[in-house]
Amino acid sequence: MKDIKQWFRSGSPWVWLNAGAVTASIVMVAALIMLIAVRGLGHFWAKPIFEAEYVEADGTTIRLIGEIHDSERVPAERLRDKGVAVAQGVETIQRFLVKTGNRDTGGLDFRWALESQIRERHFPEELIALERYEWGNFYGYLKSVKESGEIIAEGEAAWPELLTRLQRVAELHQQIKAIEKVEIGAVNYNMERLRLRGRSLELDGEEAGSRRFVTLDEERAVLQREYEGLQRNLNELLHQVERDSITAEVMDGRIVELPLAQVVRAYRPNAMGMFSKIGFYMSKLWEFVSEDPREANTEGGIFPAIFGTVLMVILMSIFVTPFGVVAAVYLREYAKQGPLTRTIRIAVNNLAGVPSIVYGVFGLGFFVYFLGGNIDQLFFPEALPSPTFGTGGLMWASLTLAILTVPVVIVATEEGLSRIPRSIREGSMALGATKAETLWRTVLPMASPAMMTGLILAVARAAGEVAPLMLVGVVKLAPSLGLDGNYPFLHLDRKFMHLGFHIYDVGFQSPNVEAARPLVYATALLLVLVIVLLNLAAIAIRNHLREKYRALEH
Amino acid sequence: MTESTAPTHGFDISAMDRDARQLRLADETVCLEVSDLNLYYGEKQALNNINMRIPKQRVSAFIGPSGCGKSTLLRCFNRMNDLVDGVRIEGKIEIDGEDMYGPHVNVAELRRRIGMVFQKPNPFPKSIYENVAYGLRLQGNPGKRELDEVVEKALRGAALWDEVKDRLHDSALGLSGGQQQRLVIARSIAIEPEVLLLDEPASALDPISTLKIEELIYELKDQYTIVIVTHNMQQAARVSDYTAFMFMGDLVEFGDTDTLFTNPRKKQTEDYITGRYG
Repeated sequence: MKDIKQWFRSGSPWVWLNAGAVTASIVMVAALIMLIAVRGLGHFWAKPIFEAEYVEADGTTIRLIGEIHDSERVPAERLRDKGVAVAQGVETIQRFLVKTGNRDTGGLDFRWALESQIRERHFPEELIALERYEWGNFYGYLKSVKESGEIIAEGEAAWPELLTRLQRVAELHQQIKAIEKVEIGAVNYNMERLRLRGRSLELDGEEAGSRRFVTLDEERAVLQREYEGLQRNLNELLHQVERDSITAEVMDGRIVELPLAQVVRAYRPNAMGMFSKIGFYMSKLWEFVSEDPREANTEGGIFPAIFGTVLMVILMSIFVTPFGVVAAVYLREYAKQGPLTRTIRIAVNNLAGVPSIVYGVFGLGFFVYFLGGNIDQLFFPEALPSPTFGTGGLMWASLTLAILTVPVVIVATEEGLSRIPRSIREGSMALGATKAETLWRTVLPMASPAMMTGLILAVARAAGEVAPLMLVGVVKLAPSLGLDGNYPFLHLDRKFMHLGFHIYDVGFQSPNVEAARPLVYATALLLVLVIVLLNLAAIAIRNHLREKYRALEH
Repeated sequence: MTESTAPTHGFDISAMDRDARQLRLADETVCLEVSDLNLYYGEKQALNNINMRIPKQRVSAFIGPSGCGKSTLLRCFNRMNDLVDGVRIEGKIEIDGEDMYGPHVNVAELRRRIGMVFQKPNPFPKSIYENVAYGLRLQGNPGKRELDEVVEKALRGAALWDEVKDRLHDSALGLSGGQQQRLVIARSIAIEPEVLLLDEPASALDPISTLKIEELIYELKDQYTIVIVTHNMQQAARVSDYTAFMFMGDLVEFGDTDTLFTNPRKKQTEDYITGRYG
């Protein structure tokens, strides 16, 4: 009894309690990251494809080809109710979710299979898997490779032939993409600008057939010729890419013909060694972070979402920092400290607690409809009725998030300003500096680490915000990035993709939930990574500043 | 050096080679003239009806116990008290005959003419060079060569040049306390003020640094009117030509240092310098 009392008095229980809390937090964070990392990153690994006999509930036997996607145990009772023959005494049965692919031939690309009904599961090396631009994965046996309908290679020789042709197709695809996205994109962009210029001339009351219209027509003709040239090249390439095709045998024994133009990647997972699997994994991972999404965001990469998130956060920082700093300087340095200032300060601090969707509504009502609508009336009348700034876009999303995070910056900056020693200010004033000069030359640089702290917190909050963005400019699929090679390079009026919204979209709005689920984890991991990187960048800058102004801490 | 027959109370008033002539306050040219100065912090009166004339190009020291108002009075001379909330000032202070609290006075300009060095060294977190150049940069955009010259002159003037000439562009925060305080003095004299106010400039320093500051004050007095606040009576005796003794917001006695320390007119002064209180 006395010992326990002594133990309590010594403070050990508190140390244990505190250490326990810290441990629990660390374990939770680590577990969270581990979970999304394992689930997300596992998706890109080349899984083996099996072939097996499968006895259906009605007793017929079919051939099953696919990869095991997931597994679970189901109670035998439930299966018996459904009329599946299950041996007596069995409590639960293992059940696999098999990805059979071939949505174009089979209708569904996932099905459940009971372990007890699977016979003779084996992993033939000749099984190929094709990743396609449409219809999801294809699994089957390669039969032949054709060019313009003529068989080029069959049997053993078909696989190497397929790979070399696929290489050629991939190169052609690259060229097609370059023409479509970059060159034709630029022509279209300029055409649209010409159209708008023409429209604005009309609105200005310029007479039809005047010199300026003639100039526009000439420019348009030049673009049109350029476009036709590009279109010819494109057709030529499309023709070339369509030459090659393959035939393959699918699960139910049919022979199907597939154009190679549809194939992104071909591999034989069962024949792959460890190294080629790692290589495959790397290329899939790289595709994920560097390519555009395909098939309603369930395949391909998420580069536009990464780009959109980073660009939006950077724009947000550019808006929020000066605004927050200026407000904090006024509150701390110029405003008379009294009840009014105190009230304002409390109000600002409480703004940080307003639910983010409220800011989204505000952004929609004020920025998009009011400001954007008026900007369109004043500066872009030629584009009406289609809105330019009168709809969600990068600018309004960044501004909405800037409003959302400005309290954080104000509070941090005020904190920093209040820590600058009085002696430094007096030293500057004693040299004949005015208050403004003192602020500008001495106080603000010294408070810059605190401003960066505010910015770090703001970035951390803004990068993870999704709800308000859905109202002010985020979309499921943005056709073009906010920053590109077309004048004026930064397109603040464009809609953009965002990692947080992408998670939501893939997870809830996807037509193919099973295929998309790993992508939810992978995207979540990437979002965490992007936030960590943005924060590390800001922390690095802050530490640099701190080192520089490591002032008078004695 | 005049021989004094009066008791010296143990103060070494000839520690420095004081001017070999009789100092008389009444004969000096007036630099700062204080008339009927009252200062209030809110309701509390901190300075009571101060009248004094600070002589030009001499070192005047303010001594007195803590809280007697000597720093407050010093800070009136460059209007530093304006920065403190709730301060009210009555009366007049003139510099070379101009009222420094007049309605059309440019305070920044006034502070440029009256430099100040504080108790704790307060260099800016910039390079040594930039610290000294700070005041000059405020007055416009001087050329590089001009700036170099002024910085060197000011650092030489503050007896710091030889110690820092090879690391002018290092951070000023890397200097020792004494060096920092001399840097602050250099920073002040770089803009060539008329008056230099020193608020206990050596109180945060070790004895050797203190000695250097005192030597510096002695050298600077040819060019500047210096007013120094100190709680160290030996220091006042060593460096100053004139000494003011303040007590509870009153100016008790102001006269030449030799007389004040050897033959004070007021009983309060004598009690203080002989250590009976304070």
